[in-house]
Amino acid sequence: MFESSLNASFAALSDATRRGVLEQLRRADASITDLAEKFQMTLTGMKKHVGVLEQAGLVMTEKVGRVRTCKLGLRRLDEEAAWIERHRQLWGARFDELDTVVEELKRREKVNGRKKR
Amino acid sequence: MDARRDSEPTPMKNRTTVERKSERELVVTRTFNGPARIVFEAWTKPELFRRWWVPKSMGMSLRSCEMDVRVGGKYRLEFEPDAVAFFGTYLEVIPPSRLVWTNEEGGEDGPVTTVTFEDKGGKTLLVLHELYSSKEALDAAGTGAADAMVETFAQLDELLLAR
Repeated sequence: MFESSLNASFAALSDATRRGVLEQLRRADASITDLAEKFQMTLTGMKKHVGVLEQAGLVMTEKVGRVRTCKLGLRRLDEEAAWIERHRQLWGARFDELDTVVEELKRREKVNGRKKR
Repeated sequence: MDARRDSEPTPMKNRTTVERKSERELVVTRTFNGPARIVFEAWTKPELFRRWWVPKSMGMSLRSCEMDVRVGGKYRLEFEPDAVAFFGTYLEVIPPSRLVWTNEEGGEDGPVTTVTFEDKGGKTLLVLHELYSSKEALDAAGTGAADAMVETFAQLDELLLAR
């Protein structure tokens, strides 16, 4: 199940317009009309793109009156958190090893300092 | 004496923080318990750099690590077993406080990495800053150097588990 939702995400993200829409929504929520104007596209065309993003869980839409408002979906937020976490793990692991190197250099410096005296 | 000290539990580790500062910027911050000149040395001498850049816990190693640390000098890291290479050019080298380099393995528009080392009473505040050229480049960063590496390690884990 996880894999199929991942596939849907990749398919949704394979299109430049849809990536642009996500980028736009990261800044602020927008209506389908706003997005269609922004990307110089018909309302129908933009509805299709938003539909694909919605199915992938990357975007949520909500209809208030006659306006359908789009915002980032929960999956997108999860992915960002995961992205940060992957980087934190990598750098954390690197820097823990760097601590060892720093300790060793400090010790070496101390010993050398003692020898000089 | 030294051996005994090594086996003692390490004092509390300093926290590594990662922040997506903007759509084009990643910032990693960490304090080290040593002066900036020592931390800087560990970033600029290949024999030291290679000891920590690929953490042991990840089960991979560098096949080669060449670093010509001066303005305009090149670096090149090659991993084994799959020979993935990371390379670029040093743009700024100011011992012991600042290093700037390009990341060119993904093409001309790769991110630029800036590392600053700030002395704080015998400790060093290190800030690593990666600036991507565009939002598209940041999109790609999701599968860029760090992720590619983590993914490679995950694949290796699977391979080892399967045995």
